[in-house]
Amino acid sequence: MRARTIAIVAVLAALAAVPPLAAALGQPFYLDLFRRIMIFAIAALSLNLILGYGGMVSFGHAAYLGIGAYAVGILAYHGVTNGFLQFAVAIGASAAIALVIGAVSIRTSGVYFIMITLAFTQMLFYLGISLEEYGGDDGIRLKAHSQFAGLDLAHPTPFYYFVLAILAGFVYLVHRIVNSRFGMVIRAAKSNEARTRAIGFSPYPYKLAAFVIAGAMGGVAGALLVNQTAYLTPEFMNWTRSGEIMFMVILGGIATLIGPVLGAAALLLLEDLLAAWTTHWQIILGPILVLVVLFARRGLAGLLPGGGRDD
Amino acid sequence: MLLFLEQTLNGLQLGVMLFLMAAGLTLVFGIMNLVNLAHGSLYMVGAYLWVAFTGLTGSYLAGVVLALAGTLAVGVLIELIALRTLYDRDHLDQVLATFGLILFFNELVAIVFGRAALYTSVPPWLSGHVELFAGLRYPLYRLVIILVGLAVAGLLWFVVARTRLGMLIRAGASNRTMVAALGVNIRLLYTAVFGFGAALAGLAGLMAGPIYTVEPGMGEKILIEVFVVIVIGGIGSIRGALAGALIVGMVDTLGRAFLKPTLATVLSPSAADTAGPAIASMLIYLLMAVVLALRPAGLFPARG
Amino acid sequence: MTAAALLEVDNLSKSFGALRATDQVSLTALAGETHAIIGPNGAGKTTLIGQLSGTLRPDSGHIRFAGEDITRLGAPARSHRGLARSFQITSVYRDFTALDNVALAVQAHAGSSFRLWRPARTDPALRDPARAILDEVGLGARADVLAANLAHGEQRQLEVAMVLATKPRLMLLDEPMAGMGTDESQRMVKFLARFRGRQTILLVEHDMDAVFSLADRISVLVYGRIVATGTPAEIRANPEVQRAYLGEEDA
Repeated sequence: MRARTIAIVAVLAALAAVPPLAAALGQPFYLDLFRRIMIFAIAALSLNLILGYGGMVSFGHAAYLGIGAYAVGILAYHGVTNGFLQFAVAIGASAAIALVIGAVSIRTSGVYFIMITLAFTQMLFYLGISLEEYGGDDGIRLKAHSQFAGLDLAHPTPFYYFVLAILAGFVYLVHRIVNSRFGMVIRAAKSNEARTRAIGFSPYPYKLAAFVIAGAMGGVAGALLVNQTAYLTPEFMNWTRSGEIMFMVILGGIATLIGPVLGAAALLLLEDLLAAWTTHWQIILGPILVLVVLFARRGLAGLLPGGGRDD
Repeated sequence: MLLFLEQTLNGLQLGVMLFLMAAGLTLVFGIMNLVNLAHGSLYMVGAYLWVAFTGLTGSYLAGVVLALAGTLAVGVLIELIALRTLYDRDHLDQVLATFGLILFFNELVAIVFGRAALYTSVPPWLSGHVELFAGLRYPLYRLVIILVGLAVAGLLWFVVARTRLGMLIRAGASNRTMVAALGVNIRLLYTAVFGFGAALAGLAGLMAGPIYTVEPGMGEKILIEVFVVIVIGGIGSIRGALAGALIVGMVDTLGRAFLKPTLATVLSPSAADTAGPAIASMLIYLLMAVVLALRPAGLFPARG
Repeated sequence: MTAAALLEVDNLSKSFGALRATDQVSLTALAGETHAIIGPNGAGKTTLIGQLSGTLRPDSGHIRFAGEDITRLGAPARSHRGLARSFQITSVYRDFTALDNVALAVQAHAGSSFRLWRPARTDPALRDPARAILDEVGLGARADVLAANLAHGEQRQLEVAMVLATKPRLMLLDEPMAGMGTDESQRMVKFLARFRGRQTILLVEHDMDAVFSLADRISVLVYGRIVATGTPAEIRANPEVQRAYLGEEDA
């Protein structure tokens, strides 16, 4: 357990060292790359809460990134650049929609749940495409970056540390949640639902609450993402994005705190590497993903000392 | 009125194609407990193979037969190489692994055929319109699709309900070990079922070619609608797949055709202009949500 | 009858297709008694327990617990009314320690679980009672072992511990001694005997020695129907029971 804590702190410290290193090497590209990795790590972290710890295979998590992104993008389009307000709306909107989708979907389980979350995401994707004023399926440029009382996300380095702070904060938040009474119920329901009901828990309200929390965190990731790409597009909600985030969770190691960070880094770096090699990199990535699922289920976190349980 | 009839037939045509996809998917899930996201890829493979073979042989029918055989072969190959190990894994693993297959196939066809959408056409002897009743002229090709789809539905019903093979399929669904103990080769059965499902998907794909565009990723667009069909109809049941497919096909088609004008009677034209298409595209998902709220297991879930 | 009936089962029936798993079953569990349900394999004992604990919906009939009709209640609600159930096929949380397992059962009845911040593992309100119960069933030394790594007999003990942790008024035990060796079984029998008079126990078991030493009354279930109810002596002497069942008992 201690080994895991050290690993997380080490990774966060390493991430903190990227901007000065990138500046020293004269390679601002790395700043951008690792910021993108961190944003997806936040997305993967939020999905891990319900997927890894809760056993809820939501194939629709990209929807919440999309909602967060659109909240910020639309407000910016209409001249509202106050980051506090934008992010509050992003969180509120994604939480509200997660509540509605979760309320309907969580009553089902297994395969139905996978299909339904996928279907609802696609619905939001089509909705995004039909919003002609905000670019339709082409999307639009972000009018202005978010401003937080002096912190302008248009500036690369402050933006970087802003993301890092949120990532660190969320890692700690998830750590507290999964070890709390609430977290124990979620994990118990994943481990053995019948047993959990028999001792007196009705899993539904807990799962729904976790789903909403994860959705809200996904909304934050989306709000950050649109600032990162400076472009608003329905592609954020494409279901293949959901698949990618799921892969980050699995690749990194489900139900671990460091997994999402490792998984995001691994997948994005792998994609970049392959893309530099050939435009048809997906034909290589696809089989790699299949092999990972078949043979490397414990993920990267399982390679660390103290592999196994993580709290 | 004529427009309504025409759209109803279009809805039936879409429904029938959704059924071909849903039947394969639900059979595979019901019998092998496998969630196969790459089912859409088989639809795409069917379409592309048809384009290729028709081009090579110059004959529509030869193209159809070869495409069907080709898709069947691809399906069997996938089953043997990648899917066998997934039968015992949990659904998450199956979802992720088949997702990897989707990426692979989309890129494969992009490499071989290019990323641009291919526009294909119906052979001359299937083009043109037929005079139905009350002065309704309907495209012959779409009519043929409807008839083919209904024929396949009938064939499926016959096989599953009346033949030994169908009995094995139903028995395999409820008790694998028992069926294996009876000396039936379960592996062969599974491969056969999967291959058949693949052929159905390929058939849907090649029939769809001239109507919708043939492009990488075409499988995923329809796959999600197929999921909606299965959730509404109930997993594991052919009857549910048919009912769900027809409902979804009708609701989607009629919604897209008539929602905007209907809304325009109560809203302003510009409001109806934006709201109409937006809601129409969401209609089947809203329907799915309603069905789920009332019947969490779908309308005709498989028994036992 | 001086003791009141805590549990009243009234013409309970459940069929699976053509199979009548439960056929007009009526029985009572009197407060403080240990009531055993015996029957040959396939008699429908686990189906019956499922309907009593709330995991299976009966087709018809009623179940009353302390006077209240609980037929329509789900398992969690029944647990909160004091109905606790152990599983025939071990159903503990394999990736949690024995202590975590029991603490979870304690947690379910120790106030709100919508607490997202304080760690559950260091909460004395959960840990202390959990440890006490583990000591009581004899697993005190194994508290920090993962449930998956416990021996089979220890896992069965853990099942019983989780039942106790939910402060039950009625314990539904589905073959608590399943798969246990003779020594372990005897320990379990001694343990369950301590609840005589203090707890109401409905016990499904195959182990005849255990049944005859623990039970105040016995009901015999054959093909989903109760064919006899009575004291151990009455059951032993009942010719129908002898014919249907006791002739098959393990040596």
